[in-house]
This record gives sequence, structure tokens and C-alpha cells, in this order.
Amino acid sequence: MANHPDAAKTGDLKLSSITKSFGDFLAVDDLDLVIPKGSFFALLGPSGCGKTTTLRMIAGLEEPTSGKIYLGDTDLTDTKSYRRPVNTVFQNYALFPHLTIFENVAFGLRRRGIKEVKESVEKVLALVELAHLRDRKPTQLSGGQQQRIAVARAIVNRPALLLLDEPLGALDLKLRRQMQIELKWIQTEVGITFVHVTHDQEEAMTMADTIAVMNEGRIEQLGSPADLYENPKTAFVANFLGQSNFIKGTVESTSGADQFVNLQGTRIAIPAARNSSTHKSLLVGIRPEKFRIHNVGDATTGNKLEGGVVTDISFVGVSTQYQVEMPWKQELMIFEQNDGGAPNLRKGDAVTLSWEPHFTFALDGDEDVKSGLAGVDGE
Amino acid sequence: MAFAHAGTATASKPGRAGMRIPYLLLLPGLLWLLLFFVLPLINLAETSTKTPIAGGETGAYEQTFRLQNYVDAFSENSAQFSRSFIYALLATVLALAISYPLAYAIAFKSGKYKNILLVLVIAPFFTSFLLRTIAWKQILGEEGPVISILRTFHLIGADTSITATALAVITGMTYNFLPFMTLPIYASLERIDPRLMEASGDLYANGLTTFRRVTFPLSMPGVVAGTLLTFIPAAGDYVNAQILGNPTTKMIGNVIDSRFFRIVDYPTAAALSFTLMAAILILITVYIRRAGTDELI
Ligand SMILES: Nc1ncnc2c1ncn2[C@@H]1O[C@H](COP(=O)(O)OP(=O)(O)OP(=O)(O)O)[C@@H](O)[C@H]1O
Ligand SMILES: [Mg+2]
Repeated sequence: MANHPDAAKTGDLKLSSITKSFGDFLAVDDLDLVIPKGSFFALLGPSGCGKTTTLRMIAGLEEPTSGKIYLGDTDLTDTKSYRRPVNTVFQNYALFPHLTIFENVAFGLRRRGIKEVKESVEKVLALVELAHLRDRKPTQLSGGQQQRIAVARAIVNRPALLLLDEPLGALDLKLRRQMQIELKWIQTEVGITFVHVTHDQEEAMTMADTIAVMNEGRIEQLGSPADLYENPKTAFVANFLGQSNFIKGTVESTSGADQFVNLQGTRIAIPAARNSSTHKSLLVGIRPEKFRIHNVGDATTGNKLEGGVVTDISFVGVSTQYQVEMPWKQELMIFEQNDGGAPNLRKGDAVTLSWEPHFTFALDGDEDVKSGLAGVDGE
Repeated sequence: MAFAHAGTATASKPGRAGMRIPYLLLLPGLLWLLLFFVLPLINLAETSTKTPIAGGETGAYEQTFRLQNYVDAFSENSAQFSRSFIYALLATVLALAISYPLAYAIAFKSGKYKNILLVLVIAPFFTSFLLRTIAWKQILGEEGPVISILRTFHLIGADTSITATALAVITGMTYNFLPFMTLPIYASLERIDPRLMEASGDLYANGLTTFRRVTFPLSMPGVVAGTLLTFIPAAGDYVNAQILGNPTTKMIGNVIDSRFFRIVDYPTAAALSFTLMAAILILITVYIRRAGTDELI
């Protein structure tokens, strides 16, 4: 199935200044996006940020207020949905309740008058390992099975593009993890471009090659999962993907690739490439697991912050989480692996923190530290 | 059809008291049925095989278990029987042809006017059935708008009229039963998840194919309910034929009516009623089997 017949005729999906307004509400705001052919692309963002709307415009179920959609060199903007080489796995699966599983999967093939329906359907049912359920009705299937049939019904058509709108949202955690692996495997197997919409950052990170973080109808940042995590450009992205400690600082000097920052009275180094701000005042971000925690006086490498006091310790199996209060009255969060590297600490102990400069990122000082935090709790 | 699942909700409560609750809930309905349906039915069955008392006055009958009554009743009135079914069928088809687009438009295209349109569909119910039928006579009558429009466009001759014809009876029934057709179809269309139609479009079906393959099959429960709710009362109706028809458009309802109330020939009237009921039951059983709606949830 890897050599898809239509895929050869198509290419990258390009959204060019796409805008969608409902009345005077801007659901998608002047969005530019290129989704490379064959990639597993995730649109990640909090509820209501315009993910579904974007997907529906790509599928042709919603008309953009302005802007253009291209697949390769073809302009799809005014093409009817049933003429687009695009298939969707809907948020609620939308399987046809009056048709058997077999007929559900065969639906698209029959509409296009394709021969060898039986063969293709059986092949794709085998791929999702549900061949034995071909004569059942959708209501007789479990949630996970319905989800796989929804995927099968879409990929059997070998579209140039498969759109998945939170396809795993209704499943419990264990099944969701399993389906994530399966979907990823299917994508590699069939080689179709997947555009996967989710508000689960972990899901996006484990599955996608490229993630676009969306917020209020715009793309906040686009990149590989590691890139977004290690080098977020806004507080929203930093908070939406994982947790961060933000400390206010000011730039003191720049020498070559390094910048020196006054961080609440301590001079630290950060790679200039990791500073996405041109301002003097910065928000310096350090992920909790990047910190190392030491007894006062122990040897450290990299950047160092002194004068911390442990205010809380919680043991969570693979790691221990510390709350440390700094002299400027800010609580920092530190995760240490339980691999014997960290000292034995108790509440009230004085500690020193250290971290490697290249694990630092810096944002504009006027960024909202709390931006995007709701998304983390949302799950 | 819509009530099919009602019983299951209470059945899940465990314990002996819980087991009894569904039956208790059924009780008033069952009593009602027994009192006003089963007992009269038995009475009717009993009447249908009676014969007149020899030398007795009119209306005096004795039980002789004469099954020949049925044969006589049917053979004497076979024309009215077939007319009833043909008229009812035509009225049902017409009502379906008018109601489906109407219900579809209300369900999917009416936007904020949905509720107003629904009220308009039911509005005729605020007046009595009889009054509506008489009004229909006015509409189709010599002074009415229909005749004058048809005459203006020379679609009918100056001396043709519509009242007292089969057409008047059939259109009258169509009109009277329209809400019974429209509402169930509307209800089942309304229940369809619009995302199913989007999914169909997403899977290369154009508008018409989506309607044929998805929307229409999913609205079948409503179509079946609507056609039954129209056909059954239409087949037994006598008001429309009485008010809008002529002696050659008499339906079986008119015969039963006159046997019961004018000729006081109770056994024939009862036998006719039973035959009508049996015929309708058979037709409907065949129809439901063919429509295959039991497969739809
Ligand atoms: N048909 C519509 N009419 C008016 N507003 C709409 C319509 N569809 C979506 N919106 C609005 O547009 C915004 C984006 O909606 P969208 O469905 O794209 O969000 P989403 O990112 O998919 O959210 P979720 O994660 O909750 O599914 C929301 O604020 C929503 O209220
Ligand atoms: Mg959505």
C-alpha cells in the first residue's frame, strides 16, 4: 500500500493566509502553513483554538472566509469536498449506522466506481485487525474498534491526505496509548500524509514528526517535538508542552554565541540562539528536569543558583519532585531521577541548583507567564 | 416505534421490587387496552356471526355462529374494499410526496424558522377534522380558488367540477393526514447526525448520492411510521368520502357506517370491520417486512 497512486500527483499541503470568521468572531486568523507530503503532522492547541475549523476547511466541509488551500500545485479552495483527495476520521467517527462494517469501509470505493472493492476492503480490514467483524453494524463495536474502522474507512481510499480530528479523544488512557502506536504504524505502512488534531500534548509529541501549536486561531510555533519542547518561543508553547520555571532576568552582555544574563543577581550564561527576544528584560525558562539539586558547597558545573531552601518533596516513583524557594521568594520546581545522583534531602535543607546553559531558553520579559497553563490542566 | 426502548431503563434496577416496577408501569395502559379495545373487540367478534331473529323486529339478532356472514359481507362490498385501499394508497403516496420535502426542509434548511414551521404543520389540528373537511369542500368548490385557477389556465373545462369526485376524496384525505406523515419523517430526519452526511461527502458522495445512500435510509423509520399513520386511518376513513365524494366513491368506512347506524345490520358491519382490520394487518406486516425497518435502530 506504500505506493499510493494519487499521492504521486500531489505534494505538500499549503494553507495560504487562511481566515475563517463566524459572524464577527475570528476562528482562524490569517493562517499560513505547509504540511510536507508523507509527514505525520499534529495540530496541537487548547479547546476552541480553531483546530477543527482548520481541518474542516482542508476537507472542504467549511469554506474559508479568505485565503487559499493548495495540494501540490492544485488549488483546492473551491473544490467540493467529494472531489478532494482528502479523507477524514471524524471526532465521533461518524460511521454509518445502517451499513455493515464492510459496507462502511467500502463506501468511498463504491462511490468512485472502483473495481476490486472486496479485495481492498478485506486488505484494509486485515490491516486494522478487524476482518472478523465485517458483517457487524457499527453499534455492535467497542469504541476502540469503531475508531479503527473509521481509520480503515478513510485510508482504504488511499487519499493524498488523511485528516484525524481527535480520533482518540473518546478512548480510555490505556487504549489511547495503544491506538497511538497503531496509528503511527499504519501511517508508516501506508505512507499517507496524516494531519492529526489533538489537544493532548503527549499524544502530539509521541506521534508527530512536526507539531504546529495553535492558539486563538493562529499558529504559535511550528517544529519537531524536541525543538518545541527544548526551544519554545512563547510562554504559551512552553506551558502547553510540559512544565517550566520562569525567572525574570536582564541581558548584561553578549559575546559570540553566548549571552550573559543577570538572573536575580546571579550571572548566568545562555546560548544566544536560545533567546527569542531582542529586549533587555527577559523571562528565562528552565524545565524542571533540567535542574540538578546539590548540597551547599558541592562542586557544580554550568549555571548555578545559590540560596535555595527545600519547601516540599514528593516521591513519584521514577523521579522525585522538589519545591525550592529562592532568595527572591520564587518557588522553583525541580525533578530529579531516582538514580542515586541526587543528595538525600529533607524539607528545610539549604540547596544549590545547577543546570547546563544549553538547557536554558529565554523569552520576552513581557510574556504572560501563565499563558497556556489551562491547556495543561485540560487533560 | 419511538417507544420501543422505554421499558429497558427501569429494568436495570436489581431486586425483587425493581423487577415489578416495569409491570406496574404497564398496568394502567393494559387496563385501558382491555377495557376499551379487547372487550369491545370480543363483543364485535361475537356480533359478527349473529343472524336476525326470525320474525323479530329490526335490530334483534341471535348468535348462530354463521361464518358465512364474512363471505357475504366481503362479496357484496368488494368494490368498496378495493376502493378504500386504492384511495388510501394514493393519499399515502401523495402525502409522502408532499411531506418528505417539507420535513426535509424543516429539519435541515429552516434555520430559526424551524419552530414556527412545525407549529404551522400542526396548526390544522386546532380545528376539528370535520370542519377541516368541510373547509376543503369550499376550497375545491365552484366558488373556490382551485377551480378558478384551473379554469383561468384552461386546464379544465368550464363545466368540470372537482367536488363530489374521487379526486376530491383523495386530496381531502391527503390534506387531513399530512401532519401524521410530516411529523414522524421530520423526527427521524432531525435525529440524523449531520456529521454522517459530511462523512458521506468526505467519502466522495455528491449531494444526491448522499441523500440516496445515507439520509433516506436513515429516515426510513419515519417514513414507515408516517405511511402507517396515514394509510391505516385513511383506509378506514368515511368522513372524506361522505363530505367530498359521491355515491360512486363510497369507501368501506361508509358502508360500515351505514350498516351500523342506518340499516342497523350489526353482524355485517361487524364482519366488515373485522375483515378491514385483518386486511390492514396483513398489508402492514408485509410492508414492514419489506421495508426492513427492524434493522434500523
Ligand atoms: N459554526 C460555528 N458558528 C460559530 N462559531 C463557531 C462555529 N464553529 C466553530 N465556532 C467557534 O470557532 C472556534 C474554534 O472552534 P473549533 O471547533 O475549530 O475549535 P477546536 O480547536 O477544534 O476545539 P476543540 O479542541 O474543543 O475541539 C470556537 O470558539 C467555536 O466556538
Ligand atoms: Mg475540535
